[in-house]
Amino acid sequence: MKIAIVDYGAGNLPSVERALRKLGAETERAVAGEQLACAKAIVLPGVGHFGAFVNGLRQRNLTPPLRAAFESGKPILGICLGLQAMFASSEEAPGESGLAFFPEEVRALPTHVKSPHIGWNQLRRLHASKLLRGIADDAYFYFAHSYAALASAPYTVAACDHGFPFAAVIECHNLAAVQFHPEKSGETGAQMLRNFVESVP
Amino acid sequence: MTLAHRIIPCLDVDAGRVVKGIEFQGLRDMGDPASLAGRYNTEGADELVVLDISASHQGRATFLDTIRRVADELNIPLTAGGGIRTMEDGRAVLRAGADKVTVNTAAVARPQLLSELAQQFGAQAVVLSIDVKRKGDSWEPYTRGGRNQTGMDAAEWAAEAVWRGAGEILLTSIDRDGTCSGFDCELTRKIASTVPVPVIASGGANTFEDFCAVFTEGRADAALAASIFHTQTHSIASLKKYLAERGVAVRLSR
Repeated sequence: MKIAIVDYGAGNLPSVERALRKLGAETERAVAGEQLACAKAIVLPGVGHFGAFVNGLRQRNLTPPLRAAFESGKPILGICLGLQAMFASSEEAPGESGLAFFPEEVRALPTHVKSPHIGWNQLRRLHASKLLRGIADDAYFYFAHSYAALASAPYTVAACDHGFPFAAVIECHNLAAVQFHPEKSGETGAQMLRNFVESVP
Repeated sequence: MTLAHRIIPCLDVDAGRVVKGIEFQGLRDMGDPASLAGRYNTEGADELVVLDISASHQGRATFLDTIRRVADELNIPLTAGGGIRTMEDGRAVLRAGADKVTVNTAAVARPQLLSELAQQFGAQAVVLSIDVKRKGDSWEPYTRGGRNQTGMDAAEWAAEAVWRGAGEILLTSIDRDGTCSGFDCELTRKIASTVPVPVIASGGANTFEDFCAVFTEGRADAALAASIFHTQTHSIASLKKYLAERGVAVRLSR
């Protein structure tokens, strides 16, 4: 079973790849739409700038095949900026369009808290979650971001608070997305990735 | 729900080996970077820092190889630096497997480097390292591994660096480094209350009380230490247990 990891030209692809392989998953770096069409599941990792990310996807013609994968029901996991890219837009890059799987805008963390939100934080569970199955309620996950989707975004199954409540885990049909970095979250993160890999038919 | 205070072991690397200096001078071999990294990953470290202290031109390839070997052992974040001069240096370090790059001397010489790195890789990947010596009521940054005075003020420099794009400050007290006399809590409190980004305290860690003090009095977001962990004077797990018992939020390994 092959999982395509979207390679948009920057980011933390090797660590995501390493984490998935340690779980026994077969992975492939996807730079073309056909690879996304063939894969059993897609991981969309990302760090850096929203604008650079969505432009990177567009330049590689990866936006239409990602949308097609979403519509075909293929499992997709977005990580960090990969979660944010699933939204329509971000305050980080006004005027740039995201994948728009969700219609909301990603917001900047407020100025009264330290930003970037860097470090290990806990989640507040809102709904039953497949990704968090078998993980203790008080477990810590590693975050590193300055922007976030509001926890009021539909399909938010777990929230985290930093300045405002934001979406830490989203699950919606075949879409899954996390604001933290499971590949950097120790054994807890490995368990979350395992849950994703095992959910792939 | 609380953001945990981070405990960060640091590997100072020279020619592919972990070494430990005392007050920035004199070196002692402390072991293989990948095996130490693996141990800290298992023991519950929240992050790891790897610094190339040779920073010589011919040592660069060896250092990138060290980053690759260390990253292979980790499922926690990795910060790497030492001798980073350009965006391409930064890219090489991140491509080798680091999540963040730390810069010091080159950022003092050309602060624009911070903006360039942040634009390319995001502020969360840019750590400004400031090595300071106390000067009366303030602290002066030094570059080139503590050799060159800058004439700057640490708090002003930290604020400018954040404005330019640094996402974290790694703050080392040269006066305390390797002396085992405790963190300079006054210093970390000053900088942590000046900048809107996390501050990592470094230099002088010796006892569990020192860590407790730097998180409470010193208001540090993270604390970094090298020798006390390398020599197994303290295990990270027992340190975290101590801190948790005193009400300091930490991530306990399970």
